[in-house]
Amino acid sequence: MAATKEEILSGLADIVNEIAGIPTEDVELDKSFTDDLDVDSLSMVEVVVAAEEQFSVKIPDDDVKNLKTVGDAVDYILKAQS
Amino acid sequence: MSPTNRTVVVTGIGATTPLGGDSASTWEALLAGRSGVQVLPYEWAAELPVRIGAPVAVEPGEVLPRPLARKLDRSAQFALIAAREAWADAGYTAKAGEDPAADPDRTGAVVASGIGGVTTLLNQYDVLKNQGVRKVSPHTVPMLMPNSPAANVGIDLGARAGVHTPVSACASGAEAIGYATEMIRTGRADVVVAGGTEAAMHPLPIVAFANMMAMSKNNDDPQGASRPYDAARDGFVLGEGAGIVVLESAEHAAARGARVYCEVVGQGISSDAHHITQPEPSGRGIAAALQHLMDNSDLKPAEIAHVNAHATSTPQGDMAELKALRKVFGDDVDHMAISATKSMTGHLLGGAGGIETVATVLALHNRLAPPTINLENPDPDLDADIVAAEPRPLPAGTIVALNDSFGFGGHNVVLALRSVQH
Repeated sequence: MAATKEEILSGLADIVNEIAGIPTEDVELDKSFTDDLDVDSLSMVEVVVAAEEQFSVKIPDDDVKNLKTVGDAVDYILKAQS
Repeated sequence: MSPTNRTVVVTGIGATTPLGGDSASTWEALLAGRSGVQVLPYEWAAELPVRIGAPVAVEPGEVLPRPLARKLDRSAQFALIAAREAWADAGYTAKAGEDPAADPDRTGAVVASGIGGVTTLLNQYDVLKNQGVRKVSPHTVPMLMPNSPAANVGIDLGARAGVHTPVSACASGAEAIGYATEMIRTGRADVVVAGGTEAAMHPLPIVAFANMMAMSKNNDDPQGASRPYDAARDGFVLGEGAGIVVLESAEHAAARGARVYCEVVGQGISSDAHHITQPEPSGRGIAAALQHLMDNSDLKPAEIAHVNAHATSTPQGDMAELKALRKVFGDDVDHMAISATKSMTGHLLGGAGGIETVATVLALHNRLAPPTINLENPDPDLDADIVAAEPRPLPAGTIVALNDSFGFGGHNVVLALRSVQH
């Protein structure tokens, strides 16, 4: 069963909290992973792997560079689920 | 004084050890003669030939924020904790540059480790085998590389004058402090954070050392297992942790009104060219390092009041060191209060030179030589004045203390520290 946009955002917030220590309420759609959430390129790989597992999707390495904001990631996962 | 021969002083100390989470608690435990050795509280240890060790007293995860800690190997976690303590102890209030007293371009970091991120390497191999390719952490390489503790300390404290990692097994920590001393003496840096760290509490390193017959198998008496110079000693006990000092040129320290613990008089270095693990039994290589120290400093044997010995509690090594001291210093050895603090901390491998330099700095500063515990029946060949059981006051006036560190591969490093008048 596919997750809703809200569920994906909430799941990503938990992942970013675990990896970068950012409070979950600060993980918002318009936030940039690197500029706002202290997620560097290495930690981004961790975020992606955790998201793949949680939402049962595949996010190829070539697509990761396009995921600049939390919103980018939510949209990508929404689409990849369907 | 020429810019290539500047005086180097110690202005800060930091440690996280089996005896305490900082240098003050470690020192207190050393003076109290407390052992940090215990039956290892890990499930994996139960079936090993060696089930004892000296884990750190304070888990680094309780000190560092989790997002930072999870990107660092345990060895780098220890180094960062000890380096931050030493930096603050030296009177700096922020990283170099943010605190204008330290110029980042004149600040360095030299932090050594004997084995580097060995637990990260082994744990990630388990992840690869058990969970597959995708689950291997992207932080694996920056965590396991042996220069990671130095690099992370350099980033944290803003050191841009050079970050270095000498690797010489159990002499690594002392070699780091020697290297840092030269960086300042030759004018390349004004301030260098230096020391050693090690985190090898994992079944593979323990079994590997045990199979070399290098470790004590005294599982029934953990606190009595590390017993340098005692007739019943049967090998070293693995410890973990880090010891870091802040070194500065005397001018730099004076200009900012820093408290000075002691001066670094010099160092002596040699290599055995004998055997990859066995100490040269006559102590020839160690004697060469001591002689190198004497030939390259203004040090007089009569000044040397204290030696923090390498003394790991192995049958051969402990005696080779004493033979070398006797060979170079003759009767002057009789007025040296010799302490083997590994009797309490266990052997921190690449971290040993770091925490033992911290102990030596504090011995000079407090005029107290820490005890050597478990010395109950001295080796019949023991021919030196070991400080056993109780700490011993060191004489007033200007005195020198040596810190010896030797490593597999035949590395011999001796550091000499001299007291300053307060």
